[in-house]
Amino acid sequence: MLSTVIPIAFALVSLAFLLSFWRLLRGPDAPDRILALDTLYVNTIALLVLLGIHLGSAIYFEAALLIAMMGFVGTVALCKYLLRGDIIE
Amino acid sequence: MIDILLSVLILTGAIFTFIGSLGLARLRDFYTRLHGPTKATTLGVGCLLIASALYFSVREEGVSLHEVLVTLFLFITAPVSAHLLAKAALHLKVRSLAATPPDNDAAD
Amino acid sequence: MRRLLPHPLLTVSLALLWLLLVNQLSAGHIVLGALLGWLIPFATSRFWPEQIRVRHPLTLLRFLIVFVIDIVRGSFHVAYLILLGPARLRPVFVAVPLALRSDLAISLLANTISLTPGTVSAHLSADKRTLIVHTLDTDDAAALVAEIKQRYETPLKKIFEQED
Repeated sequence: MLSTVIPIAFALVSLAFLLSFWRLLRGPDAPDRILALDTLYVNTIALLVLLGIHLGSAIYFEAALLIAMMGFVGTVALCKYLLRGDIIE
Repeated sequence: MIDILLSVLILTGAIFTFIGSLGLARLRDFYTRLHGPTKATTLGVGCLLIASALYFSVREEGVSLHEVLVTLFLFITAPVSAHLLAKAALHLKVRSLAATPPDNDAAD
Repeated sequence: MRRLLPHPLLTVSLALLWLLLVNQLSAGHIVLGALLGWLIPFATSRFWPEQIRVRHPLTLLRFLIVFVIDIVRGSFHVAYLILLGPARLRPVFVAVPLALRSDLAISLLANTISLTPGTVSAHLSADKRTLIVHTLDTDDAAALVAEIKQRYETPLKKIFEQED
């Protein structure tokens, strides 16, 4: 059962990845692109978790945690830049 | 039994992740697009992470709960980034389908 | 007591986070987690100006249950609206007048609003009196404001601000 579900899940998450990437390329405004980038981070976490289940290995967890943290900090920094024109005040 | 539960969780998670990005690509203005990734995607990835925690708890002896950490982190950070993005968009006066709020002092 | 253990809630949650991070429950890690949870609040004390006090644990529990249910409900609702397509949406900005005064309660309310059905908090006015909320689809803005106030703000006020 799992062996049929995981490829379907891979396909869905990859499609989600492509849709977010399309929004990243298309824009039209800076907040749209940042939102797309943020969604790409979360989609990457989903892909990593699926890969971890598929390969039966837990070592991808650390990568997912790091991406979650760096993604959040990146989004906040970019928003700060849009709001103030500066990241560190 | 566990297999069925895992499959349901993985499928639900993948479908929600997909719908979140579909909203991001499909909707017409920035503020409506914001809703897809903040809610659907967060729940989707949450489901996938819980499935992973369950999978490793069953497969290896001993409970594996560290996926809960990522889930918690995502649920705490998703609204914060959404709020900041909406604030930045109000500040930049991004085109909106809804009338923007009258007392727009988003410059602070 | 206050000086030795300035933020008991923070200490407990840091120790739990450490145990989750190392993913094992051995005596050594419990001690190490408790030690970290005790020391980190001192190093970061300038970020925690106010003492967090939970006044009604039962209300907090009920609020958390409502919150989890609403996250699931909200995600299904948003997914349904996205699948219906953009033409059907009626997005509106509404202003929610706040009765909450403390920063912690306001930020919790804003986060709750962002995670629950069809709403994202977009902006807090400079005097912290109104929260601008964007909703994906509504036909009655006033009812939405009333629901937010009754469903989330009232319990938060009871938990974090009410004197008794």
